[in-house]
Amino acid sequence: MSFVTVAYASLFYLAAAVLLAGLAAKVVQYARTPAPLKIPTTPAPTTQSGVVLRMAREVVLFESLFKGNKWIWLFGWIFHFGLFLVTLRHLRYFIEPVWLPIALIQPFGIYGGMAMVVGLLGLWARRILVDRVRYITGPSDHLMLGLLVSIGVSGLMMTFVVHTDVVAVKEFFRGLVTFQVAPLPSDPLLLLHLLLVAVLMIVFPFSKLLHAPGLFFSPTRNQADNPREKRHVAEWAKRLEQQP
Amino acid sequence: MAKVDFKVPELKQYAEIPAVTPETMAHSRPFVAKPEFQEPLGFPGALADDWQERAIAKMGDLLSRYRSLRVYLDSCVKCGSCTDKCHYYLGTQDPKNMPVGRQDLMRKVYRRYFTLAGKFFPKLVGAEDFTREVLDDWYSYYHQCSQCRRCSVFCPYGIDTAEISMAAREIMDHIGVGQKYCNEIIGKVFKIGNNLGLPGPALQDTLEGLEEDVLDDTGVAVKYPLDQVGAEILLVTPSADFFAEPHVDGLVGYGKVFHEAGVSWTLSSYASEAANFGMFIGSYENMRRVAQRIREAAIDLKVKRIVFGECGHAWRVAYSFLNTLAGPWDFLDPRYPVPQHICEFTHGLMQEGKLTFDKSQNDDKVLTYHDSCNVARASRMGSVPGGQFDIPRAIIRATCNHFYDMDEETIRERTFCCGGGGGLLTDDLMELRVKGARPRVEALNNVMQEKGVTHMAAICAICKSQFTKVLPFYGMEMDQIVSLHQLVSNAIVLTPGDDDELEDDEEDEEAA
Ligand code: SF4
Ligand code: SF4
Repeated sequence: MSFVTVAYASLFYLAAAVLLAGLAAKVVQYARTPAPLKIPTTPAPTTQSGVVLRMAREVVLFESLFKGNKWIWLFGWIFHFGLFLVTLRHLRYFIEPVWLPIALIQPFGIYGGMAMVVGLLGLWARRILVDRVRYITGPSDHLMLGLLVSIGVSGLMMTFVVHTDVVAVKEFFRGLVTFQVAPLPSDPLLLLHLLLVAVLMIVFPFSKLLHAPGLFFSPTRNQADNPREKRHVAEWAKRLEQQP
Repeated sequence: MAKVDFKVPELKQYAEIPAVTPETMAHSRPFVAKPEFQEPLGFPGALADDWQERAIAKMGDLLSRYRSLRVYLDSCVKCGSCTDKCHYYLGTQDPKNMPVGRQDLMRKVYRRYFTLAGKFFPKLVGAEDFTREVLDDWYSYYHQCSQCRRCSVFCPYGIDTAEISMAAREIMDHIGVGQKYCNEIIGKVFKIGNNLGLPGPALQDTLEGLEEDVLDDTGVAVKYPLDQVGAEILLVTPSADFFAEPHVDGLVGYGKVFHEAGVSWTLSSYASEAANFGMFIGSYENMRRVAQRIREAAIDLKVKRIVFGECGHAWRVAYSFLNTLAGPWDFLDPRYPVPQHICEFTHGLMQEGKLTFDKSQNDDKVLTYHDSCNVARASRMGSVPGGQFDIPRAIIRATCNHFYDMDEETIRERTFCCGGGGGLLTDDLMELRVKGARPRVEALNNVMQEKGVTHMAAICAICKSQFTKVLPFYGMEMDQIVSLHQLVSNAIVLTPGDDDELEDDEEDEEAA
């Protein structure tokens, strides 16, 4: 087995472990931290099913962002939807036989890849051109965009310019899933693409990418507007009630 | 009008997003509370040597008790959607008044002390030590947020900068750097029962005066009772309603509505304040202590219902938090929500057909309506979402012939703060208040030009006081701001009670 294969197998095991453990730790932390007061941004749904709908609109349509700024919404949504398609397309590297919907989505995954890059470049342009966004942008924001664009572009190049042995790549990832490591082709572009993806997985739980789990725990969005009907008291606040 | 040592912004016809101009408001900071105002609230009197350690410890404590704080400090992606949404940014151009700019003042400290990325790569992720300079920035800019939550409407994750401002003020209070205005006022509530420090006998006098005025005006004996044990309704209203203009005209209106409803009601000298500044300083403990007074008053006076007068943040605390802070309310009449807003009460009577209005009494005015931020984005009225927008408007339409809304982008959930909310209604922040009012005043000015609007109704004591003070800076009249129940008071046709003399009775009918 080549050095590259061993190195990348280890890297991906490490990245997956960091991603899962890191995210799990964050989710547990968010879930355990109480929200002592009812603070939904109103008008808010009054029922739990209404909250699920509101949340679904936020996750799928980026409703609040749409209200806030049409350009950011447009680029942001294009990027995320593209990313979603790309992720679905890549599932074929992990499952055998490939499920029908995943097989059908393959060509759209390519458009997704392009959309992703276009959306990212739009967001990046705003960071440079709009003075307010420039002010709030830090080095890590540029790096994150650079990382994502590089992943997208290296991926697209493998589709359109320098092909790689996708069958072997699939063997490698199937091998990782089943703990029987298979050789990984050592095309530089592929190695770069995979390295960047691993980096993304590793930084996920330590960066602003936490907005993904964060949204679901945002009290202004996930609380039902029913404070008069239902008394809401946090554990730590109950202790105050014990005191006279 | 006070002497101005700053430039009052020009009103434009179309809202403009100003260019970023750093540090224009770095000098704006309210007076710091003296030890005597800190200690009654359980806070240290002054900054100690180990303030930094204590601040970080307090931050850790809050992070473990408030999910909002933790999630919001982690989640911002710096998308920029909120950057042009804060009235203080729009009015001052200072980027630290962009909601995300304001959050970042705390986020950089959070990252430094509570995240791996900030510990190992501070430069990369914009993490910074909690230095004296950072603390100064906190004190300036966390007192330039009126906690209006406009930013939270437009943030893809619902990040509410108000939550972060509240936490920052709580941390600063715990290291001995409190804000004089808020902390002094909370102390007054604990000692005397209301923000203004009006003792019981003064209230009694005022209320008797009101009864006489109303009798003179209308010939009908409308009662304004205080501390009446066994009354059905306890009315809790901001203390400004007892004497300030135009607030008191609203209180007159509440009394007339109760009179028409034929229910007994009372004010309490012990809980003579609806406002709860504990919220502004982010102190659950102090907010709870203030709220408990209402519970005690309700028990002592043996009332069955609680109704709140016109006040924005008070309604937030009442609607959203009172059950949490001072409930359960199982000793009150379960047929009514606890608490109710006076607008819900009036609107309910309107629906039952129990109120008669003579709209022409308000014909000298063309109205518009200012949605107060805490009512609009942090509470509700009635049983359906959005009732907080529709119910007050329904009351205005029922009592006035001429009503026009301001621009859609500046009302309802998108409403602009008056510029004086969140504990900033103090003379030492005048520049901020005037500049922060600009987006609202601009929209008002536009309906004045286009529709001939003459008056703006509001249901918040802070909004009313703020506009009374800042409208003149923009060349408008201070009395252009009116209480919503002042309109009700003008238009309502009173039914004489049994104890009204016959001649009064006739006079009333002639007048009608
Ligand atoms: S809560 Fe209001 S005042 Fe505070 S940052 Fe947000 S928009 Fe500005
Ligand atoms: S809208 Fe929300 S995520 Fe975007 S910059 Fe503002 S606070 Fe951050």
